[in-house]
Amino acid sequence: MNTLEGARLAPQATIGILGAGRVGTAIARLALAAGYRVKLATSKPAEENSLIIEIVTPGAEAVDASEAAAADLVIVAIPLHKFKDLDSHALSGKIVVDAMNYWSATDGEIPDFVNTALTSSEVVAAFLSASHVLKSFNHIGYHEMEPDALPAATGERRALAIAGDNSAAKTVLRGFIEHIGFDAVDAGDLAAGRHFEPGSEIFNGRFNASELNGLLHAVRLSN
Amino acid sequence: MDIGAYSFGDTQRNPDGSLGSTAQAISNLFEAIKHADASGLDYFGIGEHHTTTMPASSPGALISAAAAATKHITLGSAASIISTDDPVRIYQQFATADIISGGGRVEITAGRGSSVETFPLFGFDLQDYDELYEQKLDLLMSINDSASENITWSGTTRPALAHLAVVPRPAQNKLPIWLATGGNAASSARAGRLGLPVSYGIIGGAPHRFAPLAELYRKSGAAAGHALQTLKVSVAALGLVAPSTKEAVERFYPGWYNLNIEMGRLRGWPKPDKRAFDAQAAAPGAYYVGSPDEIAERIVHLHGYLGHMRHFLQSDIGGLPQEHFLESITLLATEVKPRVERLLAQK
Ligand SMILES: NC(=O)c1ccc[n+]([C@@H]2O[C@H](COP(=O)([O-])OP(=O)(O)OC[C@H]3O[C@@H](n4cnc5c(N)ncnc54)[C@H](OP(=O)(O)O)[C@@H]3O)[C@@H](O)[C@H]2O)c1
Repeated sequence: MNTLEGARLAPQATIGILGAGRVGTAIARLALAAGYRVKLATSKPAEENSLIIEIVTPGAEAVDASEAAAADLVIVAIPLHKFKDLDSHALSGKIVVDAMNYWSATDGEIPDFVNTALTSSEVVAAFLSASHVLKSFNHIGYHEMEPDALPAATGERRALAIAGDNSAAKTVLRGFIEHIGFDAVDAGDLAAGRHFEPGSEIFNGRFNASELNGLLHAVRLSN
Repeated sequence: MDIGAYSFGDTQRNPDGSLGSTAQAISNLFEAIKHADASGLDYFGIGEHHTTTMPASSPGALISAAAAATKHITLGSAASIISTDDPVRIYQQFATADIISGGGRVEITAGRGSSVETFPLFGFDLQDYDELYEQKLDLLMSINDSASENITWSGTTRPALAHLAVVPRPAQNKLPIWLATGGNAASSARAGRLGLPVSYGIIGGAPHRFAPLAELYRKSGAAAGHALQTLKVSVAALGLVAPSTKEAVERFYPGWYNLNIEMGRLRGWPKPDKRAFDAQAAAPGAYYVGSPDEIAERIVHLHGYLGHMRHFLQSDIGGLPQEHFLESITLLATEVKPRVERLLAQK
């Protein structure tokens, strides 16, 4: 699998982001600042987004969803209830980072997520069965992403959790997260993403790597 | 610069922590609107919210009553959740209120709502979220832009109108229709394209990060051929004014805490954190909590980024004592507004 070779992104790798909303554009600006090439897409044709992207994420390219899906690393930040609109074929073999949350207060009651013991990312992964689905970025508010991002040398910076079943894919994502301004903490397999879903202590708290490790350790022990 | 207030209604807390009545919340709100008018506040926005703690569900009814009971203040919804309502009915109610106001004091702000409780309440399907919003907005604008009472419209989310009368027409030629958004870039672009004034609900983070959105809004509007003076921006934010910043924080924090406990239960948020509050309550945070001097400076600072023409605050949350709400309104009108005008004139 090409994308996993060497298990790290090239410095000028292309990041594809599906969803140019609050989360998608915030991650895009961080990735651009770190030197990546960024392609943003929504459900609309690229030209409808070009002015938005030119002003809100200068330097990123407005593309169609299929082109964003072909990037080296793909981040999905669309409303969760639309996950079945994702093109599972175009995303096959790709590292796909699920930044989405199931929040009945804004998503309503969605049977796919209510009538199951699975985490929302496992439901997404079952749909994207040929992709390497990872969960991250879901437990930081979009408006905190840029203020909280810091260079690696700063020491006590904020940490983001990563859950996923493929460790090479997780290494790639770790490199990306560390490069754009956060420490990364491996939370375990994709199912372990439940420890930082809405309702958990980690969700929306602000923690550095050792605090986050400690919290993950504690929830694992109590299970 | 217009200075204003908005409210979703605020059910009071009894000393034992239980909730007071929703009827009292509406009475308090009505009193606050009359007080705002008498104090010289420019704008009051109402609802739409459908919870026991925030029961201002019916902006049209309240605005009609307020239109009769006030003289100068501009009254609007903040915002009408048009996706799950009938634009014909909304228009009729607001046009009626406009006539009662003497003409020219009533506005509609169209939004989607930040939560989805109106979908089960009125029997709509969340799967139709985007379609409902787009079509209802289109119908609302078609009625407003129509040269006559007779409206022809068709779509998939509501029965078609074939040359049917929608009456009355407002006393002013058209009702101002604002678009409410919480910071999604596509919504700013849409508002610009449609030539509608845009109202930013800024509930967290540094408000000046909305500057690129306001730029996007104005550029999208200009590209669609709309005149710059029709492309207006307003800002809705949380906040409370008191004689001193210390008093303002002491008065506002308990209600903020109560509201966040309640939201946390619904949305899985952690326990509210005083540090998070303090960070938002100080410049350049999103909560306009402070003395008249401080709040005026912060509004003017934001104006340098957004060029907005109206700034209005939601103060009555989580059981804010009514006297503190009323005093904040007085200070907004009599202390903040003159300072804002003076500072803007010096720029
Ligand atoms: N808000 C936060 O602070 C936060 C933080 C972490 C995680 N999250 C989660 O992240 C997700 C996105 O949240 P948000 O606040 O960024 O939402 P948002 O501002 O509403 O943006 C959603 C974006 O997705 C696009 N989109 C919709 N359907 C699509 C499709 N099939 N393909 C590609 N793009 C599509 C939308 O554009 P079009 O409709 O024009 O296609 C829009 O650009 C949600 O699941 C949320 O729970 C939110």
